[in-house]
Amino acid sequence: MDRLGTLVMGFLSVVVVNNFVFTKFLGICPYLGVSGRLDTALGMGLAVTFVTTISGIMTWSLDAYLLTPLGLQVTRYICYIIVIAAAVQLVEMYVRRFFPALYELFGIFLPLISTNCVILGLCLWLDVWETDNLLEAAVLSFGTGLGFALAICIMAGIRQQLLLADVPRSLRGAPITLITAGLLALAFMGFGGMIR
Amino acid sequence: MQDNTSDNLYTKVILNGLWRQNPALRLLIGMCPPLAVTTGVRPALTMGLSVIFVLSCSNLVVSLIRPFLRPHVRIIVFTITIATFVTICDLLLKAYLPAMSEVLGPYVPLIIVNCLIIFRAEACASKSPVLLSVIDALGMGGGFTVALLILASIREVLATGCWAGWQVMPKAFVPWLAMQMPVGAFVTLGLLLGLIAMVSGSKEARHG
Repeated sequence: MDRLGTLVMGFLSVVVVNNFVFTKFLGICPYLGVSGRLDTALGMGLAVTFVTTISGIMTWSLDAYLLTPLGLQVTRYICYIIVIAAAVQLVEMYVRRFFPALYELFGIFLPLISTNCVILGLCLWLDVWETDNLLEAAVLSFGTGLGFALAICIMAGIRQQLLLADVPRSLRGAPITLITAGLLALAFMGFGGMIR
Repeated sequence: MQDNTSDNLYTKVILNGLWRQNPALRLLIGMCPPLAVTTGVRPALTMGLSVIFVLSCSNLVVSLIRPFLRPHVRIIVFTITIATFVTICDLLLKAYLPAMSEVLGPYVPLIIVNCLIIFRAEACASKSPVLLSVIDALGMGGGFTVALLILASIREVLATGCWAGWQVMPKAFVPWLAMQMPVGAFVTLGLLLGLIAMVSGSKEARHG
C-alpha cells in the first residue's frame, strides 16, 4: 500500500508539480513549433508520451542491468541516445503504416522527437531521482510524457484563441508564445506546495 | 587578394553567427538551456563555453569525415560524435569545476540534444572545409553564449541585485524573486525577442 502511494505521488508530481516543460524547460522547440493547432499538438503529445515511456524503461534497465554492473557508466550518454533514436524509428514506422494522416501532420517533427530534450532529459533525471525499481521508472516516464502532452495541448488551445487577439506586431509569433508559457508556468507554480 | 577575400568570408561567417542568424535569438533553436541555466551569469558562461567546445569539436570531426558520410547514416554518425564530445566535456567539468557541474546537473549531457549542434553539423560542417567549419562553430557558439549572457545578466541582476556575484544594485533594491523562477525565464526571453523584432523592424516574428 505504501509503495502504491509513492507511485501515485510520483506520478502526480511529474505530471503537474514538476512538469518538465514549465519547471525544467525541456522540449521547448516542439512546444513552440507544433502548438499551433490542437489536433497536431495532441498527436505530438501522444507520440512523445509513447516514446518517453519506452525509452525511459529501456534506458533504466540498460543502466541498471548492464552498464552499472560492468562499470561502463562513461558510455551512458552514447547508449541512451542510441536507444532513443531506435525507439523513435519504431514509432515513426508504426505511425506511417497505420496513421498516414497523422504522419502528414507531424511532418519534420516526428524524426525530431529523437532530439526532443524531454526524452533524454527524463532518462537523465531518472538517475538524479535515484529511481530504484523498474515499475517506478515506468510510471515516472509515462507521467513525464503525459505532462508534456498536457502542456502542449493547453498551449495549443490558448494559441487558437490568440489568433483572434490583437497582439502588437513585434510580439507576434514566438515572443507572445513564450510570454504565455511564462504565465502558464506561473499558474503551474500553484501546484508547488502539493507534494514535497 | 586571395587572402583578403577569405578573410572577408570568415568575418562574414562570424558575424552571421553572432547576429544575423544568432541561434538563440533569431533562429530560436537550442532553446532549453538558455532558459534553464540563465539564473546566474556564471552557470550561463560555463554552459556557453561547453557548447562552444562541443560544437567546435563536432564540426571539426564531421568536416574531416565528410567524404565518407552516407546520407542514410549521417544523422546517427553526427549524434554519436556529439555524444562523445559531450561525455568528454561532462567529465572535464566534473573533474575541474565540481561545484559548477553540480549546479548544471543534467543540463550538460542535454547538450547532446541541443538542436544547434546537429543543425550546424548538417547545414555547415558536412559540406564545408575544415577551417570554415571551425570558424562557423566559433561564430555560432559565440552568438549562443552572448544570448545566454544577456538573458542571465537581466535575470540575475533583477533577481538578486548582483552580477556574477558582485553587488551592482543599491542596497535599497528589493530582489525580484520571480525572475529566478521559470516565469522570469519565459517572460524575459519573450520580451527580448519582441524587442529584437521591433529593432530589426522586420516581420520575421513568424517562427511559430
